[in-house]
Amino acid sequence: MPKLVSHPDEVKIVTRRFGQGAANIDKYIELGGYDSAKKCLAQGPDWIINEMKASNLRGRGGAGFPTGMKWSFVPKQSPKAKYVLVNGDESEPGTCKDHLIFLHDPHAVIEGTIIAGLAIGSKLGFIYLRGEYRYLLEIMEKAVADAYAKGFLGKNIFGSDTEFQIITQSGAGAYEVGEESALMESLEGKRGVPRIKPPFPAVVGLYGGPTVINNAETIATVPHVIAMGGEAYAAVGSPRNGGTRLFGVSGHVERPGVYELPMGYNLKKIVYDVAGGVRGGRKLKAVVPGGSSTPVLLPEEIESLGMDFDQVGKAGSMLGSGGVVVIDDQTCIVEFALRTISFYQHESCGWCIPCREGTDWLKKSLTRFHAGFGTAKDIDNIQYLAENMMGRTFCPLGDAAAMPTLGFVKKFRKEFEDHLNGKLCPFAKHTELAVV
Amino acid sequence: MSSETMTIFSPKVAARFDALVQKYPVKRSALVPMLLYAQDEVGYLSDAVIADVAARIGITELEVRNVATYYSMLRFKPAGKFNVQVCTNISCMLRGAYDLFDRFQDELGVGHKGVTPDGVFSLEEVECIGACCWAPAIQVNYDFHDDLTPDQVPAILDTYRGKAKAEGTAAHA
Amino acid sequence: MADVTITVDGKKLTAPAGALLIDVCRKAGIEIPAFCYYPGLSLQAACRMCVVRQEKVPKLQTACTTTVAEGQVFITDSPEITQARKATIELLLGNHPLDCPVCDAGGECELQDMTFKYGAGESLYAEAKQHREEQQWSPAVFYDRPRCILCYRCIRMCGEGMDVWALGVQNRGASAVIAPNGGDRLDCEQCGMCIDVCPVGALTSGSYRYKTRPWEMNHVSTVCTHCADGCKVTLGVRQSNDGSAIVRADNRDKSGINGDFLCAKGRFGFDFVENPERLSKPLVRNAAGKLEPATWEHALRVAAARLKEVRDSRGGSAIGVIGSNVTTNEENYLLQKFARAVLQTNNIDHERTTDYSAFAHALAGHTGRSASLREIAAAPAILLIGGNPTEEHPLLAWELRTNVRLNRARLYIANTAEIKLERQAKAVLRLSANGYTHLPAYLGGSDAAIANTAFREALLAEESLVVIFGQEYRGAPVEELVQWGVNRPNVRFAFLGDLANSRGAADMGLLPSLLPGYVPVTTPGAFAAEYSGMPTAPGKTHPEMLAAAANGQLGALFIVGANPVSSLRSDPAQLKGTFVIVQDIFLTETAALADVVFPAASLYEKTGTITNTYGDVQLVKKGADRAGTKPDFEILVRLAGAMGVDVKALVPFGKTGMTADLGQSRGAQAGEADRHAVWLAARGLEPKLSPFDPLAALDEIERLVPAYKLDRPNLFGGNDATTDPGFVPVSALSGPDLVTPTHNGLFTSGTLGYYSDSLKDLQRHQTPARAETAAD
Ligand SMILES: Cc1cc2nc3c(=O)[nH]c(=O)nc-3n(C[C@H](O)[C@H](O)[C@H](O)COP(=O)(O)O)c2cc1C
Ligand code: SF4
Ligand code: FES
Repeated sequence: MPKLVSHPDEVKIVTRRFGQGAANIDKYIELGGYDSAKKCLAQGPDWIINEMKASNLRGRGGAGFPTGMKWSFVPKQSPKAKYVLVNGDESEPGTCKDHLIFLHDPHAVIEGTIIAGLAIGSKLGFIYLRGEYRYLLEIMEKAVADAYAKGFLGKNIFGSDTEFQIITQSGAGAYEVGEESALMESLEGKRGVPRIKPPFPAVVGLYGGPTVINNAETIATVPHVIAMGGEAYAAVGSPRNGGTRLFGVSGHVERPGVYELPMGYNLKKIVYDVAGGVRGGRKLKAVVPGGSSTPVLLPEEIESLGMDFDQVGKAGSMLGSGGVVVIDDQTCIVEFALRTISFYQHESCGWCIPCREGTDWLKKSLTRFHAGFGTAKDIDNIQYLAENMMGRTFCPLGDAAAMPTLGFVKKFRKEFEDHLNGKLCPFAKHTELAVV
Repeated sequence: MSSETMTIFSPKVAARFDALVQKYPVKRSALVPMLLYAQDEVGYLSDAVIADVAARIGITELEVRNVATYYSMLRFKPAGKFNVQVCTNISCMLRGAYDLFDRFQDELGVGHKGVTPDGVFSLEEVECIGACCWAPAIQVNYDFHDDLTPDQVPAILDTYRGKAKAEGTAAHA
Repeated sequence: MADVTITVDGKKLTAPAGALLIDVCRKAGIEIPAFCYYPGLSLQAACRMCVVRQEKVPKLQTACTTTVAEGQVFITDSPEITQARKATIELLLGNHPLDCPVCDAGGECELQDMTFKYGAGESLYAEAKQHREEQQWSPAVFYDRPRCILCYRCIRMCGEGMDVWALGVQNRGASAVIAPNGGDRLDCEQCGMCIDVCPVGALTSGSYRYKTRPWEMNHVSTVCTHCADGCKVTLGVRQSNDGSAIVRADNRDKSGINGDFLCAKGRFGFDFVENPERLSKPLVRNAAGKLEPATWEHALRVAAARLKEVRDSRGGSAIGVIGSNVTTNEENYLLQKFARAVLQTNNIDHERTTDYSAFAHALAGHTGRSASLREIAAAPAILLIGGNPTEEHPLLAWELRTNVRLNRARLYIANTAEIKLERQAKAVLRLSANGYTHLPAYLGGSDAAIANTAFREALLAEESLVVIFGQEYRGAPVEELVQWGVNRPNVRFAFLGDLANSRGAADMGLLPSLLPGYVPVTTPGAFAAEYSGMPTAPGKTHPEMLAAAANGQLGALFIVGANPVSSLRSDPAQLKGTFVIVQDIFLTETAALADVVFPAASLYEKTGTITNTYGDVQLVKKGADRAGTKPDFEILVRLAGAMGVDVKALVPFGKTGMTADLGQSRGAQAGEADRHAVWLAARGLEPKLSPFDPLAALDEIERLVPAYKLDRPNLFGGNDATTDPGFVPVSALSGPDLVTPTHNGLFTSGTLGYYSDSLKDLQRHQTPARAETAAD
């Protein structure tokens, strides 16, 4: 069972009900659950969207797009049915926050989905969980069944004449399916290959109908935004970055775990204070701030870095999925880069040339390099390759592979050079990697 | 196809599939979960499974294969009764996933994608399984085990060996 | 769509709003490289070669998915863009085997061309390349996986274009591969379209692989010999020991009525010309009753003497002539002229596959009521009655599918059986066994025999309609059906026939009662003066000729490219007492009984025009050459010459106003002109215009047959010129019982198919698979 952690600086909004048995619908109701949905049903779509806009809630899936604005893009009138899609594919390395939400607070996801449905005028929502999350899917399925039994879902939700249904869905192992349009393809029973945009999902999405797609954490936050009021929620965070965020701190820290902290919270404090500092008193080498696709930051870069989308962006990285991966000084960055790239190579859907071939060659070059057979030119080639993938691929997965690579090569060039000319990896432990 | 008479699945799973194809606005949406559930029952996606699923969804076997081969949890050869999936992605790697994986290899005597001769276990090095904050983590079939050290490996394997035996005898009884 | 103005590389371009930037640029001569983009197929944006910069947009954009809107500004050529394209090619080449020296596509490979252009010549990668064995998926299709760049053209062509869906993509990322539907074998229509669209050498053709380098071939654009759709086909021709051989057939220039399309027969079925059983010497039956090789002079002398003798002693009515469905219009025209004017008989016929004369009769007096294939391809609404185009008219099926897919045309189908095109149909009317005869009344509003008002109402609501009907119709029902349509505005017709020039055979008067252009022999008009001595009573049909032979009433039977012994299943003994002359490319059952056999050139080895079943006339160009054979046209002229006929009267070459073939039609064989020159010089004739120039006969056809007023520049430019039988005054109908459709399928083509190993292989490959699915 995943361990729950806590820290005095946490502001528990989304995690408020964690550890209290809220997977049980009665317990959830007892803790104030479904009140927000009822309120939204009474207030109507415009009101909901205004609250959401006021909240400054930005998408927790990675890109940080303002949620209220996203919802407002859905056309009011549509000849085709509209859909809400909850993205629970959570596969970005370093990220396990949605895992806890499904486990501890499945009804928050359902309630958020209902509210999103009310906001855009949809009658059907899907909650898509990655295939590996089978036990969480079973929890979600139970929760959905309970919500139906209570009349919170169905033809007449909460006794109104409004219909809203939810279908839960399982993936079967594919990171790329987390990309919004690939997720729609998967949900339509196809290969998880992204779609050409435009048209964007808000206009043409699932089954060709207007669709809102949000990350599970975003959706689970929605009932809280409604309960607190948009402005109150916004006030918790930093400018243009409303509320709190679930930061999953992993790697070489004393107290890894998922912490709910206000947006803009200092990264250095996350590492040294919240998560208890570098494990075993070692020195900090680098921090990956927001999941494996975000460029690595050096210790000096995290000093005064506030963790919100804008500040991390300004620092040359991204807030991404909020997965903070802490790396100590005993770690080989080349190996770390290789493991990062191996993942993207494995997960590239293969649709477009720069990503399919680029990730494959990056992996091959880095494997050889880490094994001690690299040349000085390889370092340039790796950089050249990554630069030429950036912005050229069909979907952002190519960037997700190229960005961190560029970070590693630029910030740790010296360490790459230390691997040259048959020199054994200075941290050698696993010079040979099993190929995934 | 009349699924009751021709299907290769157990009545329970067949009934579940009959319901599954009814559930969505479009039948084909049932495909990915159906493949996974079919694999859960049969162990892998045999030609017969693919043909059965194709008929249920009303698409060609080629289309089913196009989709099935995309998803990394789906396999086309039998795995062990218990498929041990060791995550070695960054967060787990930083906390000793390779040592853990090595220990599994030693204990089971098989490598990545290997199956033990008795068919009880198979081993796989996998990508991030969403347990980064409780690393290193593994999944045995769908069960998570987290915050592991190599020393815990024998006990974990013993538990599943015991299960395999119990189910084996149950099946014979 | 309203036009918008955009700026590309500083140039102002105007295009309809919403058009794809890549198309707009290409039309304006601005080159945009692309692997995955293929006009008419769905968009992929996968190869990223077409990237361009759009003003005020942060990232490079793909021209293949960018739709144009007013005021946009683009750059398509800059160091940044060149670099992006170069990097993409470098990535592709990283894993590409670079076995160009032995690759079939070498020299016509889009990857090679782009590498040349963007200069990704230097390899950045030190890693080993993935190697995988080449796979044979069918006799026609091989897959060399490492060469594949995953542009998905083949998958889309097979699925969207052909509606076969036999190819897919499996695995993901760098392991992704193209996979056939049968695991390791391809179960499909074997059209080979996937090979054609492959921009590299990943998909190669079983019949062409490792045979030659593209630059060693001459490329000759001609027309397929197989079905009556008349696809344009480009033959790759190479010198061989006994002439020149066809090594490949495809349609790479995409310029004909078939656009991209070619079916298995057009692509692979040319190999009958190479069959070792090809006749290459004239044969004359010797005193011992055996056919033995002879010189042309001898064979011609024997045949001519006998024809002359029978004509002069027993009259022309004692001679019969049977013509062909796969010889050119000029040959057919000349044959009937030879029969009528030289042999003085109307006993001329051919093996009719469709009742074209009934069609012409029905349309008489109504102009503009027959539909060319191009009109069908663009028609907003089509009614298809009977037939099964997918099997028997692959090009028509392609055009109908494409029209539905790209233009949202509405296809209505009325058929007694379920046909595959119903997948594209807006509505289907299932007919009972004799439903076809009730259809005209039904269309006219009667519910007596067919009760389905919805189908009729939808159909009648169409503002214009093309009606395509099959060989189920012949005789009076053709008349009734056409009658229904000509009484309504905007209804056009097409009638489906079988073989490459079945329509031309009928149009050119290979009929006992009708002259070229369906003019009755009883009222020959202008023909009377041209064909001096021509009889004006209708002659015998071909079954009647065989019956006459059996009764000893026929002194001589002259058969060109036909096999009545086989097709009429007649008793060989019937021909015992008749002198039989056969011109053919193989020793058919009929030829084996002949007294003189002339080895003829196939349609791929001659020049002329043929007419497809929609009335579109196309130029046939000489591609291959087979030593020892002669085109039927030349044999006829020589035979007439040997009979002492003034060949200048038969083929009025050199007359004022005549247009000579200035070499356009000769295809790969420049030397042919010299051979003719020798013959001409020996007879003291004008050397520049040859009596073997079929185009001299075309002049006469154009003069005498109103429907054949051809647009010559278009025709010689390699396009189709349409004819309109509605001009033709006709008064006679042929007997419906004389029509025997051949119903060739995807891999059969009568005698030609029988001698094509490729087609037989494909048929064998497909047959067990079909049996298996049928048993399921
Ligand atoms: C390659 C790739 C993988 C992604 N994976 C996930 C994922 O696992 N979960 C998720 O919520 N969003 C993921 N996203 C982001 C989604 O595309 C999408 O932006 C998000 O679900 C929108 O929700 P939000 O606005 O609530 O963040 C991924 C994006 C890309 C490009
Ligand atoms: S960048 Fe291209 S290959 Fe990579 S995942 Fe996206 S579409 Fe697929
Ligand atoms: S042609 Fe545009 S991406 Fe391939």
